[in-house]
Amino acid sequence: MMGANRIPGVGRLTPARTARFTFDGRTLTALEGDTVASALLANGIHLVGRSFKYHRPRGILSAGAEEPNALIDVARDAARRQPNVRATVQEVFDGMKVESQNRWPSLAFDVGGFNDLLSPFFAAGFYYKTFMWPKAAWHAIYEPFIRRAAGLGVAPTEADPDHYASRYAHCDVLVIGGGVAGLSAALAAAKAGAKVIICDEQPEMGGALRYESGTTIDGKNGWDWAQETAGTLAEMDNVTVLTRTTGFGYYNHNFVGLVERVTDHLAALDKSLPRERLWQVRAKKVILANGQIERHMVFANNDRPGIMLASAGRTYLNHFGVAVGSKVGVYTAHDSAYEAAFDLKRAGVSVAAIVDCRENPGEAVLAEARKLGIEVLTGHSVIKAGGKLRVNSVSVARNGGGSARKIAVDALLVSAGWTPSVHLFSQSRGKVKFDAATQRFLPGTYLQDCLSIGACNGTDDLQATIDEALAAGELTARAAGAEGGTQVTLSGENRFGWTGGMIGAAEGAGPDTTVKAFIDFQHDVCAKDIRLAVREGMHSIEHIKRFTTNGMASDQGKLSNMHGLAIAAEALGKDIPQVGLTTFRQPYTPVTFGAIVNHSRGPLFDPARKTPMHAWEEAHGAEFEDVGNWKRAWFYPRSGEGMHEAVARECKTVRDVAGVFDASTLGKIEVVGPDAAQFLNLMYTNAWDNLKPGRCRYGIMLRDDGFVYDDGVVGRLAEDRFHVTTTTGGAPRVMNHMEDYLQTEFPHLKVWLTSTTEQWAVIAVQGPKAREIIAPLVEGIDLSNEAFPHMSVAEGKICGVPTRLFRMSFTGELGFEVNVPADYGQAVWEAIWARAELMGACAYGTETMHVLRAEKGYIIVGQDTDGTLTPDDAGLSWAVSKKKPDFVGIRGLKRPDLVKSGRKQLVGLLTKDPKVVLEEGAQIVADPNQPKPMTMLGHVTSSYWSENCGRSIALAMVAGGRERLGQTLYVPMTDRTIAVEVSDMVFFDKEGGRLHG
Amino acid sequence: MLLIYCPYCEEERSELEFRGAGDAHIARPANIADITDEEFEEYFFLRQNPKGLIFERWRHIHGCGRFFNAARDTVSDRFYTTYKAGEPKPDISAILQSEQDKGAAK
Ligand SMILES: [Zn+2]
Repeated sequence: MMGANRIPGVGRLTPARTARFTFDGRTLTALEGDTVASALLANGIHLVGRSFKYHRPRGILSAGAEEPNALIDVARDAARRQPNVRATVQEVFDGMKVESQNRWPSLAFDVGGFNDLLSPFFAAGFYYKTFMWPKAAWHAIYEPFIRRAAGLGVAPTEADPDHYASRYAHCDVLVIGGGVAGLSAALAAAKAGAKVIICDEQPEMGGALRYESGTTIDGKNGWDWAQETAGTLAEMDNVTVLTRTTGFGYYNHNFVGLVERVTDHLAALDKSLPRERLWQVRAKKVILANGQIERHMVFANNDRPGIMLASAGRTYLNHFGVAVGSKVGVYTAHDSAYEAAFDLKRAGVSVAAIVDCRENPGEAVLAEARKLGIEVLTGHSVIKAGGKLRVNSVSVARNGGGSARKIAVDALLVSAGWTPSVHLFSQSRGKVKFDAATQRFLPGTYLQDCLSIGACNGTDDLQATIDEALAAGELTARAAGAEGGTQVTLSGENRFGWTGGMIGAAEGAGPDTTVKAFIDFQHDVCAKDIRLAVREGMHSIEHIKRFTTNGMASDQGKLSNMHGLAIAAEALGKDIPQVGLTTFRQPYTPVTFGAIVNHSRGPLFDPARKTPMHAWEEAHGAEFEDVGNWKRAWFYPRSGEGMHEAVARECKTVRDVAGVFDASTLGKIEVVGPDAAQFLNLMYTNAWDNLKPGRCRYGIMLRDDGFVYDDGVVGRLAEDRFHVTTTTGGAPRVMNHMEDYLQTEFPHLKVWLTSTTEQWAVIAVQGPKAREIIAPLVEGIDLSNEAFPHMSVAEGKICGVPTRLFRMSFTGELGFEVNVPADYGQAVWEAIWARAELMGACAYGTETMHVLRAEKGYIIVGQDTDGTLTPDDAGLSWAVSKKKPDFVGIRGLKRPDLVKSGRKQLVGLLTKDPKVVLEEGAQIVADPNQPKPMTMLGHVTSSYWSENCGRSIALAMVAGGRERLGQTLYVPMTDRTIAVEVSDMVFFDKEGGRLHG
Repeated sequence: MLLIYCPYCEEERSELEFRGAGDAHIARPANIADITDEEFEEYFFLRQNPKGLIFERWRHIHGCGRFFNAARDTVSDRFYTTYKAGEPKPDISAILQSEQDKGAAK
């Protein structure tokens, strides 16, 4: 019912509470609290996937986050499906669908398994070497093949329907890890009065106590003590206890990312709950209690399903009540694995033998094995595992040779010892040091304000761990400013002390062998691959890692790094510290995109900025284009019109009658103060002192290197007040640029800058009838040519609301720009539109604006310039003052490269065939028949069909452009070559009379 | 994510509120129009990109809007101090010494 391998009375799950799920379509029963791994094992299933490269059958190796093998696809419904989930972490919920991955057509018979037979061709570095040539084959053959053959899992096709939450948190002490060390430290810090957050990736606190059955703390069973302590902490107001929460990333200044899995274990989804919650914690002190990870033994066929870590075997037995086999062998280099045999034996499971590669294991465990009647073979090794879809035997031989004895087993528990989890310490950019006595890397030099305690700090003894943790908890609490409180004391005891451990290849997988002894299960890296990498000249661990891909899979080599390093060191004839450890990176375990992206999805991904007239534009059928974050009306198609027809009509109507255009997105900066003119003298190339109040001027802004940075019209409202406009996209950076100079280079100037972009709605009315349209609406401003000529500004009223009215033009027509407070924007627009429509004018969008300005040769900074143009290159040298002693860019303009001849200059281009419209970005050459690569003279920056000119027009950057007026150049395209004539930049109304109409 | 003390707001705030603004203590020459090409190159283009102590500018752009200076270790990202624009370069060895003294006093 709940699985044939579940042992009644063993483990902590409740037999009555069951959950049903499917595995590859087969319905199975689990207990509430099971992981997929424990539930599969309870049902006698070890084979759960195929490996990445060789498609070898793979089983469950661990019982935790380090799992490299048992990656599954978990689905709740069609949209809620996630590949590459670790079966050892995912809790079972009623109704879940689990599929194995990387197999076809079925798990037991997989065609890709063919790769295993071809494995001599798939050696380390195979991809780099084989798929080098011919280059073209990469795209067509190699990459698709590799992708299809390799792919780990299949991405879901539907959008993620869940939501994710994000929380910022601050605390005195953040404890990462809820084992004995973490709980003790959290308790000590909390009792001292500190604000504490403690998190653990498991559903319950306890860490190694999940499997460690021989621990007593304060006279209680270790697991019970852990649950009680977690309860005590959860009840304290100054403590946050987070389970199912992984500390995945340690960033600068004690900023730590945690991800809490909120609903992935629930059968019934509560829609109000986020699937996951991202915690961004800023902690005064961080305590790392990350524990340690057991290593596997490296021997031939060590990847057969049924072979797993000894601590995992204990977890499945002691926590989940599952026997991983009925005749279990143990192969170890460390005392800890003996306890797995003891636990199994006591639970009534047959233990075939303990094979220990050491001559002298710990006395205490040996004595206990003898007492329980378990055969121990010291100085022996498992040189090969038998069986394919599941281990069925081990070949055991005396170290140094001799005949092998075959022992039948249906599971093998292995341990090469323990690797302290220094991942987060390493992420904090602390430096690890190698402890030669225990052959492990431990925290060395700290860079951030954190402390490592317990197993991840190399502290093995239980009481020493407790004392270290309590001291760390109190110390960090005090250092964070906690006062008062009480001190905590705890005593703990373990049944056995442990010794031993080895790293690297075991007997039978040494340098003289070619057996498949895996070190990295997820990337199918064998001991021999590391040696091959060294033979091929990789001497740095970083190169070896990339050549073999050891440790580069999603488990980041939690099991494989130390083995790989030891084998590399041996092959190189160096000590381990000389070979060095690769750096651990965030995240510790994979984090979903959902948690990272969080609320920034859909409309919240990038906020849209809309002008005050947006609703009107929408209602009048405007198509919109994105300009930065702005939604701008692009053109207003009437029925039956495409873009081309609409724009042609708008362009014609503006010049024949008039048009109304939403220019609200223009950047606007109010420059105020007694030194405002002096400041603008420094920020723009033009002179501003001689600009009279009531007048406007076109200004060019440079950077100090002399290149055009922005442009715009500046109106002087009073002696000490200027209304500066910038390009739509340039507003924030121009403001920053001005603030920078004002605050740091010219702080003596009395000037105040205010961004007013969003405070003003701007309605441009352009065309011969522009004055007639607005005149009846305007109060207090004489609009006549004499009183209010081109480039004037005045304050008054329009439709009864305040306005800053500009007489200016970006079309070459008689024009006004009506600025009104944003809230009045739509009302004033509608009033203007009512008159405009009656007179036959049109509303026009950005596309028409672009065409009209190009007809006049007005440039757009950022389209016709690219950050390498000087004012002279753009034909604007008239706007650069020759008299001013200083402005930003004055020196840059004199740089030798900026004054030499032959620079690219903006010119006009007229296609020989007036119907042909050039492509923006197209390259320009002098001789289209020259050999490739051709000498390119420049490129087309703006190109349009001009209805008003009855032909195409274009602007272009061309080397020595102004000296080429009248010359014929060529624009080679893929299908033809277009002949063009270089012209000046003004295509319409060259005399400019219309401006003054 | 860095934690940065704004010397104008007199508060530690998250890096999200700030924007880096390049090296500090590079004054724009008062006679910039007259300097040589080499002097301009030195002023505008050349930077040290040191490993270790750097004096750099930050702007509290989503806060008070002020530009200020910081002394930071580019390896550890530790801020030795931040200070207002226009103030002289702080003496880092003095800062370290005073920390040591405080540590010893404890
Ligand atoms: Zn501030």
